[in-house]
Amino acid sequence: MLRGSRVTAHGWGWRHAGRRAWAVHDLELDIEPGEKLLLLGPSGAGKSTLVHALAGVLGDSDDGDDTGQLRVDGLAPAAARGRVGLLLQDPDSQVTLARVGDDVAFGCENLGVERDEIWRRVREALDAVGLDLPLDHPTSRLSGGQKQRLALAGILAMRPGLVLLDEPTANLDPGGVAEVRDAVARMLERTRATLIVIEHRVGTWQDLVDRVVVLDPEGGVLADGGTREVLAGQGAQLAARGVWVPGHPPAHPQRQRQVPAHQLLVAQDLSVSRIPGVVVASDIRLTVNTGRALAVTGPNGSGKSTLALNLAGLLAPAAGELRATDRLAQGAGSEPIRWKSRELLTRIGTVFQDPEHQFLTSTVRAELELGPRTLKLPEEEIRARVDELLQRLRMEHLAQANPFTLSGGEKRRLSVATALVSKPQVLVLDEPTFGQDAQTWQELAALLAGLLDEGTALVAVTHDLDFVAALGDRTLELPAPHPVEQVRS
Amino acid sequence: MSRATKETTGVATRIADATRPIHRVNPVAKLAAAFIISLTLIASIDWVSAGVVLLLEAALFGWVGIRLSVFLRRSWPILLASPLAGLTTVLYGEPSGQLYWEFLFIHVTDGSIYLGVATALRILAIGLAGMVMFLTIDPTDLADGLAQVLRLPARFVLGALAAMRLAGLLVEDWRSLGLARRARGVGDSQGFVGKLRLWLNQAFSLLVLALRRGSKLATAMEARGFGADTRRSWARESVFVGRDWLLIAISVLIAATAVAVSIWSGHWNFIFG
Amino acid sequence: MVHDSRIESIPTSAETRTGKPRRNFRWRVVDIVIAAVIGVAAGVLFWAWGIAYEGVSGPIKAALPGLQGIFGGGWLFAGVVGGLIIRKPGAALFTEVIAAAVSAAIGTSWGVTTITSGLVQGLGAEIVLALFLYANWRIYVAILAGAAAGMAAGVHDLIVWYPGVTWMFRAIYFTSVTLSGAVIAGALSWFAVRGLARTGALGRFAAGREVTADV
Repeated sequence: MLRGSRVTAHGWGWRHAGRRAWAVHDLELDIEPGEKLLLLGPSGAGKSTLVHALAGVLGDSDDGDDTGQLRVDGLAPAAARGRVGLLLQDPDSQVTLARVGDDVAFGCENLGVERDEIWRRVREALDAVGLDLPLDHPTSRLSGGQKQRLALAGILAMRPGLVLLDEPTANLDPGGVAEVRDAVARMLERTRATLIVIEHRVGTWQDLVDRVVVLDPEGGVLADGGTREVLAGQGAQLAARGVWVPGHPPAHPQRQRQVPAHQLLVAQDLSVSRIPGVVVASDIRLTVNTGRALAVTGPNGSGKSTLALNLAGLLAPAAGELRATDRLAQGAGSEPIRWKSRELLTRIGTVFQDPEHQFLTSTVRAELELGPRTLKLPEEEIRARVDELLQRLRMEHLAQANPFTLSGGEKRRLSVATALVSKPQVLVLDEPTFGQDAQTWQELAALLAGLLDEGTALVAVTHDLDFVAALGDRTLELPAPHPVEQVRS
Repeated sequence: MSRATKETTGVATRIADATRPIHRVNPVAKLAAAFIISLTLIASIDWVSAGVVLLLEAALFGWVGIRLSVFLRRSWPILLASPLAGLTTVLYGEPSGQLYWEFLFIHVTDGSIYLGVATALRILAIGLAGMVMFLTIDPTDLADGLAQVLRLPARFVLGALAAMRLAGLLVEDWRSLGLARRARGVGDSQGFVGKLRLWLNQAFSLLVLALRRGSKLATAMEARGFGADTRRSWARESVFVGRDWLLIAISVLIAATAVAVSIWSGHWNFIFG
Repeated sequence: MVHDSRIESIPTSAETRTGKPRRNFRWRVVDIVIAAVIGVAAGVLFWAWGIAYEGVSGPIKAALPGLQGIFGGGWLFAGVVGGLIIRKPGAALFTEVIAAAVSAAIGTSWGVTTITSGLVQGLGAEIVLALFLYANWRIYVAILAGAAAGMAAGVHDLIVWYPGVTWMFRAIYFTSVTLSGAVIAGALSWFAVRGLARTGALGRFAAGREVTADV
């Protein structure tokens, strides 16, 4: 087994091209071979930048400036390619080839490893991450957790001395998170590689790592020490800045359930499908009521998103009935799928899982004005609504920014705002808390609680059990074929 | 995610039964064969050479084992495009012989009908030759062939191969973008110009998403050592052996037969003559 | 192992060192992948256009006396966009060929001729960009590149698809596809790239950094 790598940073800093502020500066860090480290810090502290720099993928002098010294086993990171492996957040964007075996072999090919040795390492790596699949299994048919494990296998096959994980479980459901964590644990039993993990959710990793480093957005290191001590000392501050620290959960919003419940949408024996002919969930019975939140849960593939799109009037039901009551329809007819796009605006708003799917214009203000403009509301009304929302979501300073340049949390808030500006009676959200840090989570939960109190009905498709506990009045669980409806006490 | 993606992209699947000998032929040989036949056909506008090639291709299809239903389902673009191109030539081809109909710039004559039929058959023959290639080639094998046999730069070939995988994801993104527009209130049709503007807006969003996915893919590939100056090795070997030369020989034979029959029957019509 | 001294221990910047931007024609990994991805996205867009509009217009277009060339520009934008973003030799050619290959693979068009048209069209744009020494990226260069791609497409189509037509048809077709290339593949592409730069998606390219302000 190869030794782990030694990582040293002396006064190191990096500034992305075109930016005035340094992403990281004055970093002093010394990591012994074989150490396992959790890297924490609020957004903007430069964690991702550091990890990308260690992998040698930040780019050259066209992409930014650096100062100080950063070394992996005494070499500059770009010279240590092959000694360093980097696992990124998005499972889909790391798959390189169409077959499992080929994808794992890719890294070895790049390093010039001899053919027989490549396949030996491929089998070993797949075993190390617990991916028991034939070598010609198509990579497009893997779940998120499997894809991350596949990428990890690809890294392991290169026999790295330093393994870097940049938020590896942020885009995974709880099952996938457990899979990846277990795979990393297995890997650590077999190699002596140095490990650096960045993750918002400390609970997942705290038992695997022995050291925690907290980066300071102002430069340098805020805290550096054993897991227990740093979390005890810094736990509260970290939680306040958005890290999911066990023992410091984000506050659940206060609810005042004054609004009487009236039916808005009723589903009877509803079957849903995304591809014509392939039904993913059937015999669904539910009602969506004013001032109440319905949480739709279930494992991957159970049809949650498809159901949400049906309820939102965007996909046609495969069978059964989905009816809008007069209170919701207000003269537009009882089937949401038949409503015109403009009619949908004031009745049902939808927030997609990926906020970028919903951006249509080039400034935040224009995004918010789009809905009311389409409804041909008077200018003063438009301006009033937009200003109010910008203020409520603390986005006034971003009014002229391009939506695509916002941070993850800001994009999420903007996509919710664009649905709210036309004041729909029902709001459908697909995985609203996916990949969000604790601070955004708290704000979103508070915002949605406020909406519920005002009488808006909510339907949320989610994996997040905390979210369900905070807001869900009713839960619809979709297991593989039959839905089970429960009422929260 | 599967069925629609497979049907629309067809990139990652092999349609015909994968145990036939054609699948073991090097993709570069198949590419060369298709090129040889197509370029020969382009050289002349006559129905005899195209007809001969079509007959021989039909025999080849049978040997390769492509089912008729699959064939029809995947070939409809070319089955539609060839008569239409023929129609254009019938209407606007070089006039000669008897005139049947005349209108503005349109002159339907003996000559233009002959040229129209020849054009349609030619396009059909070229298109079907290409189809055999696409239906029986695995993209990864093709990339291996291009880089190892033809010695094209590996970085470009593999970069392209990896990017091709994003096609399926981008198709799904396109569908989500469409649904999102309906949800945002702008999905109603407002005449041709309105629909066009909406389509362009959606196309722009797709480009942004593509750039995002591509940047992440590039980082991931680079982190796995891609693009470094080390000499790379190949996990899968791409060989060019007897059966590959055989396919090329067959294609040369088909092309030569078509030319010979066409010249012998007097129909050979060189395009630049 | 390769010893690469790119990361030095003093602040460096291409600008401060030499006084003007250094032009580097070596392709980085991100250049290759992004060029390919643009080609793939273009291929997907051809598919999306096809299912929305092509079925109806086919017979109509077949009856036009060469004016069907007006629609040609839409199949040429990939090369110009790739060239404007990557700004390295071969970008326009590579991107256009990938777009052609993807459109053949997804099934919107078949055959060797798809690939040859991609090659020829990409070359057209590439030649113009080369004539400007890969240094001028203003809108008129984009328009010229689009027009050149159009001309190349015109010649290719007239040989492959319409070899037997009259000279009048040829003239009308060639002119309309050149114009279409100039407007759609040239001007529209230039604006599209500028819009893309504003979204921040082109942060690793000069095209992106020119537009986004210091933050």
